[in-house]
Amino acid sequence: MVARREWPVDIHPLPPLLHNQPQLIAGEVRRLAVELLASYDAVAVGYADCGTYGALDAVCDELGLKRLPGLHCYDLYDGEARLAARLEAEPGTYLLTDFLVRSFERTVVRELGLDRYPELHDDYFRHYTRVVWLAQEPDAELRTLAQQVAERLRLPLTVVPTGTGRLEAAMADLLSSVISG
Amino acid sequence: MTSSPEEILRGLFDETLVGNAPRVLELTEEGLALGMEPQTLLFEALIPSLEEVGARFERGDFFVPEMLIAGRAMAGAMERLRPLLAETGVETVGKFVMGTVKGDVHDIGKNLVNIMLEGAGFEVIDLGVQVAPEKFVSAIEEHHPDIVGFSAFLTTTMPMFKANMNALEKAGLRDSVVVMVGGAPVTQEYADAVGADGYAADASATVKKAKALLHEKRAKVTA
Repeated sequence: MVARREWPVDIHPLPPLLHNQPQLIAGEVRRLAVELLASYDAVAVGYADCGTYGALDAVCDELGLKRLPGLHCYDLYDGEARLAARLEAEPGTYLLTDFLVRSFERTVVRELGLDRYPELHDDYFRHYTRVVWLAQEPDAELRTLAQQVAERLRLPLTVVPTGTGRLEAAMADLLSSVISG
Repeated sequence: MTSSPEEILRGLFDETLVGNAPRVLELTEEGLALGMEPQTLLFEALIPSLEEVGARFERGDFFVPEMLIAGRAMAGAMERLRPLLAETGVETVGKFVMGTVKGDVHDIGKNLVNIMLEGAGFEVIDLGVQVAPEKFVSAIEEHHPDIVGFSAFLTTTMPMFKANMNALEKAGLRDSVVVMVGGAPVTQEYADAVGADGYAADASATVKKAKALLHEKRAKVTA
């Protein structure tokens, strides 16, 4: 996206597994942002709130940074209102993104300890009623993997093609506000 | 080979810590067969072990799976001990109605809190997940609990705390029950804002807070 739009941006990722310990996100963002502020004209945060419950906003306020909108990355693919309506209609919705479909074994199964304690399956998933895959760039391989995830969770799969248009628009807005800001 | 009471207590502590449910149940049976009191097994091994699990979680040495597996081990022992504790005639510390709010299906934290509350002597009536305000109201009318607990995991479902409080007010029940709130996104400030009586950040703190609130409530009644 950055290359295609020729944005003057370098991406400095943090480990995605931080999402499984969201209480650590704000501190890690702060550490990296402070480091980058020493060598860049501007720094923007490519996170939504992501389960930090305001802690990330506090870091952004402290350092004068801006972040992507929304509560979770799901909002950035599906749109906040559409996602809220989806969850209100069926609260037992388990969400997947392309990343989660690809990395399910590592980011979900192993992280939840299901490889070591398969008996915990129901503790985690008994109240879910469906899997919704917010498909950004669906292809045959991802479709197969998503189906396998749903079967593993013993839930029906709904595929919602979202593309990456909303994320791209949010990124453009963020960069524009940082550059103009 | 028969174990001594000390070995049983040590074994219960250690095996609960690592979530070895079958062994915890075996040791519970062994202890009972030796004539050990259910309260001894509970208060001198099982609860301290679960508290240690909580402390390790706080330190980042344990993660959610370890908490859950230990909780399951303790819950298995509790199934065995619950009727015996009732038989001993020991009065419950208090009655606690608990539920995850409407629109929210998350219950891992709530279930851990339930185990700790029960272990501490509370009678817990768990209404499950997606509990609507009117269901909380009818449960309070039916069970007359000392405390009702609202749990939420999502920022989008936290506003149900206020909806529940309004329902209690409307039903004329607000003053008859202590209200506690909790869940990952909840803070003391939010608890204050919705008019809850108490908030706790984790399972262990919930037990302490619940006991303190109950003590306050009873002191007011007798004053």
